[in-house]
Amino acid sequence: MTAEPAERLTDIGPPHYERFLPPVVKANYGKWVSHEILQPGVLVHTAESGDKIYSIRAATARLISVPKIRQFCDIADKYCDGHIRWTSRNNVEFLTTKKENVEPIKQAVEALGHPVGGTGNSITNIVHTQGWVHCHSAATDASGIVKAVMDELMDEFTNMRLPGKLRIALACCLNMCGAVHCSDIAILGIHRRPPTIDHDRLRKMCEIPNTVAACPTAAVRPVTIDGNPSVEVIEEQCMFCANCFTVCPSMPLNDPEYDGVSIWVGGKVSNARHEPTFSKLAVPYIPNNPPRWPEVVSAVKNLVTIWTDNARPYERMGEWIERIGWPRFFEMAGIDFQKEHIDDFKHAVTTYKTSAHLRF
Amino acid sequence: MADKTKASGKLDELKKGPYPSFVKEIEAAAETNKMAHDLIGQLELSYDEKLCHWKHGGIVGVMGYGGGVIGRYSDVPEKFPNVSHFHTLRVNQPAAWFYKTDALRKICDMWEKRGSSVLNVHGSTGDIVLLGTTTPQLEPVFNELTSLGFDLGGSGSVLRTPSCCVGPARCEWAMYDTLKYAYEMTMRYQDELHRPYFPYKFKFKFAGCPNDCVASVARADMSFIGTWKDDIQIDQDKVRWYAEERKVDIEDVVVERCPTKCMAWDGKELFIDNRNCARCMHCINVLHLALKPGKDRGCTIMLGAKAPILEGAQLSSVLVPFMRMAPPYGEDEATAEDLPELIDNIWELWGEEGKNRERVGEFIQRIGMGNFLDAIGLEPQAEMVAHPRTNPYVFYDLGKDEEEEEDE
Repeated sequence: MTAEPAERLTDIGPPHYERFLPPVVKANYGKWVSHEILQPGVLVHTAESGDKIYSIRAATARLISVPKIRQFCDIADKYCDGHIRWTSRNNVEFLTTKKENVEPIKQAVEALGHPVGGTGNSITNIVHTQGWVHCHSAATDASGIVKAVMDELMDEFTNMRLPGKLRIALACCLNMCGAVHCSDIAILGIHRRPPTIDHDRLRKMCEIPNTVAACPTAAVRPVTIDGNPSVEVIEEQCMFCANCFTVCPSMPLNDPEYDGVSIWVGGKVSNARHEPTFSKLAVPYIPNNPPRWPEVVSAVKNLVTIWTDNARPYERMGEWIERIGWPRFFEMAGIDFQKEHIDDFKHAVTTYKTSAHLRF
Repeated sequence: MADKTKASGKLDELKKGPYPSFVKEIEAAAETNKMAHDLIGQLELSYDEKLCHWKHGGIVGVMGYGGGVIGRYSDVPEKFPNVSHFHTLRVNQPAAWFYKTDALRKICDMWEKRGSSVLNVHGSTGDIVLLGTTTPQLEPVFNELTSLGFDLGGSGSVLRTPSCCVGPARCEWAMYDTLKYAYEMTMRYQDELHRPYFPYKFKFKFAGCPNDCVASVARADMSFIGTWKDDIQIDQDKVRWYAEERKVDIEDVVVERCPTKCMAWDGKELFIDNRNCARCMHCINVLHLALKPGKDRGCTIMLGAKAPILEGAQLSSVLVPFMRMAPPYGEDEATAEDLPELIDNIWELWGEEGKNRERVGEFIQRIGMGNFLDAIGLEPQAEMVAHPRTNPYVFYDLGKDEEEEEDE
């Protein structure tokens, strides 16, 4: 082990951002006046002073290795005076003031296997969670489905020919880490069997009042098993949220046969045109089918296709569906409307149709 | 044990195709790193069995902090001993994710030596996520990080690592300095970020305009969304240029798409009824060389967003319709100078009355927005609701008023 610092530092916070800003950014901070997309994945921003900064945006898998970061650093050292940034959707961006550097950077990044794109009316990178790579509650893998879906949709990352922006997100369980609850298309891992209870471990690991209180439907109840305090689950009241498992590790829900994936549509976070809105259930359940989840890929592809073919310019998925109505959406998507599509939790009544505004 | 430096079987399939392969990334790390090597092995097992192999729980951390490290253990350590411990460290990112390569390279050198050589750039909340190391390495990793000028981010019932959009660093639509606020709020609340005092997690996200590139309205307990009060700036020559040179059908894709129908286009001039503009950004997004937000700028503060756990997902709702974020500050308007007190009042109330694992949005639902506003000392405003109540059961408390009068 290396020698430790003489004084143990704590609560220092992150480095001040000014330490990392390119000189052209410092000189024109807050004074940018316009931007243009020169080609998919290449932006130029112009400041009041006339200064320009070019940004070359490329997809990454979010999970990234030390050797790859060093390769990105090599490109940034060669062309960008060592400046590099990431976007809120896990794209890497190379920043330069020299227009002649744009093509060499693009070629160098693509040579590493990272397509340049993700700007304007495109499908940019998928925001996603850890999955089987690193999470304990994953009902499906994250990186694998993202890889399979993006392989299929790659042409929409490197082009800007869609009606509007399309944001896809994936969460590997109902905790919905990532903005899955507000995405144009959301892929969500789900459990469908109640927790299995290890009474022996539960006795040692879990606080029973907390575990009981964690259940939103009061399905978890205190009980005595072989003279020891434990809990039981009223199975017909369980909606597989896994909140009990979050507070009590002895109640896992993972199930290789019954876990799988659901698909949600029509959410967004931006205020442009329609207000921010939640994603709604489109496909209730698709079994896990690693390594490439072909049924999930084709379901997502189908949703992208019907939206692309029918939406008006700038209409996001949810805006298009709202215009045509949900019954027509289900008809066009070829999805059977089922009991699972009808909400039955806290806000359910706000989702029922309360008018005779129906299209036939 | 089979050589798992290279993926085989099902995972091998995920090395094909045009999108960057996470399997290739782990393989690249595994060439020199035993933990990454066993990560491939365990992941292949998960792919074969359709089952996750990480255990839940295990409280580990660095001295003096109650967050920033997530304990992770394999449930098949006998097969994959190098990932038997595989703890995550969250590292607080620099605002807007700008880096210099020298700093990144030093983090890489440290993580190659002390961890798995695999990381997330970035995690969903915004931190750099160092994926996988052992318990004895946690303190040395922390010490090396702080010597490089980095610190851990949040986990558990703390202020989670604040994040912000690219803001004034490279965007003409930044209505306030998102980087400054992300940094300053992170520094002001270091104690709340590292030590779990709260009922549950609390997130700040700073978005420079209503396009909300950091999803603050969906993902932050307290969302700061840039906006403006005065008229949209119009360059009519540029509007005509869009119509004539770029063949933009302004009637269809701008006027028709306006949510409040506050615009008109006669083929020569674009008219905007600014009193009815909802600041949605659509027209500015489409005609960005011709239209710009107004000059009287600040932000809207919204409160309460969360994912479904536990009572269902919520979006943030308006708390302060307009707060000025930079001087000169006028009289009778909310300004950033009010922020510390506002935040203290919210945290004090929620910290005192909130239930274990109750996010502030659920807390407000339970006690009622009206009561919440009373308790934190804000006046109700019509901007806070989509519409007024429809139910007639109002909790009048006349007795309380009479008591107060008697006291006087």
